[in-house]
Amino acid sequence: MTNNFEPLIIGFTCNWCSYRAADMAGTGREKYPPNIRLIRMMCSGRLDPMFVMKALSDGADGVMITGCHPGECHYLEQNYKALRRTILLKRTLGQMGVDPERVKLVWASAAEGVYLAKEIGIFVEEIREKGPLDWPSRKNPAISIVEKEEVSV
Amino acid sequence: MTGKPKFAMYWAASCGGCEIATLNMHEKILDFDANFKVVFWPVAMDAKYKDVEAMEDGEILVTLFNGGIRNSENEHIAKLLRKKSQILVSFGSCAIEGGIPGLANLTEMHHFFDTVYTTVSTDNTNNHRPQVEYDMPEGKITIPEFKPVLQTLDQVVDVDYYMPGCPPETHQIAAVIDVLISVVKGEAVLPPKGSFLGVGNSTVCDECGRTRNLKKITEFKRIQDIKKIDPDLCLIEQGILCNGPATASGCESKCPSVNAPCAGCYGPAIGVKDFGARMITAIASVIDAEDPDEIERIMDGIIDPAGTFYRFGLANSMMRTGKASWNGK
Repeated sequence: MTNNFEPLIIGFTCNWCSYRAADMAGTGREKYPPNIRLIRMMCSGRLDPMFVMKALSDGADGVMITGCHPGECHYLEQNYKALRRTILLKRTLGQMGVDPERVKLVWASAAEGVYLAKEIGIFVEEIREKGPLDWPSRKNPAISIVEKEEVSV
Repeated sequence: MTGKPKFAMYWAASCGGCEIATLNMHEKILDFDANFKVVFWPVAMDAKYKDVEAMEDGEILVTLFNGGIRNSENEHIAKLLRKKSQILVSFGSCAIEGGIPGLANLTEMHHFFDTVYTTVSTDNTNNHRPQVEYDMPEGKITIPEFKPVLQTLDQVVDVDYYMPGCPPETHQIAAVIDVLISVVKGEAVLPPKGSFLGVGNSTVCDECGRTRNLKKITEFKRIQDIKKIDPDLCLIEQGILCNGPATASGCESKCPSVNAPCAGCYGPAIGVKDFGARMITAIASVIDAEDPDEIERIMDGIIDPAGTFYRFGLANSMMRTGKASWNGK
């Protein structure tokens, strides 16, 4: 199964840098794997950790958070908040049994299309190595939990 | 309907504090008794499950259900009371969010049994474990089956109203009982289905009397490591993790007013979908560091992030459980 496992990755991108970088990668015909689905936000500081948890619990195998390089945030210092939130979020997810490396923070400026494409490629391979996260579906909690129930008391 | 409307209260995986808070309403209980007939309330009176099973569907007007769904008995009674009740209220943190018992969703199921049946304080040399079924000469006997994951009431059955708190404040319960009595008398109408009752529109911080300044946290401390807590300054500013920013108001900021950080028992405030995520956002925002190593050092002071930020809300959070528990072993 792991041989043809295609990771599903959600990428949160910043309007001012990494989204432009992804755009630039496209314009420059730079290839990156289609496993990542990019969502544009105005800033990495907009990223509520809940978005990451929703992605992971609804079927994503990994989440990539991208923002402007430290010191270059369009809104002055919000990317530092994104950095701190990501660190704290990874610690929390680790306690829940999610490998913290399934969440990755990457800084990419609007000029770094090639770099972002390369980072996406690396992350997809890292997640492919880890295999599916396969979190029980939140949409039908009762059924997914009951199905998994094998009581051996 | 003939006679007084019927009332039931049940406890599933909970501590019984909700019932105490309810009984704590003193003389209001007389008002309550004048308007309702209690048909099923294991803590307060004797009743059998088969009495409930014998009732007509919808015969009970209102049921307050506290506690999460931990075993097959909880699940059975939740489904039974849903069928027999017109209004089912998810009552208290455990029923709504899993509460403290829901934290067990972070561990594998066999750890519970190890803790209960094999720790040093237990005299169990043959390592006996409870069996769900056992054949006795007199016939087969059964006990409820333990579930690997604790679920909230509304993950198992349809719920009409929610009343948060650990336990819900007695004055809030009394106010809700008053509304119910007026509804029964035809003087008021019920709020829309799915409403949260007995809870404020804001956060605990909003009700808290402490002074708040620009927060710049460079160190987190546990409350027992602080020699003297400033009684007038925001606890977070003093480096104490306080769940006030994400917690719904309604308790009049009880804990912070006595130098204890908010635990978050009233659950997520309006607009907060995931309690822990909101706390991560809030706490990470006020840490005064930009260097990754320094951030890691400061965060080492947060001993147990999942247990702190999801103290009451794990079973109802986005992730719902830790990965360890749902393998069912």
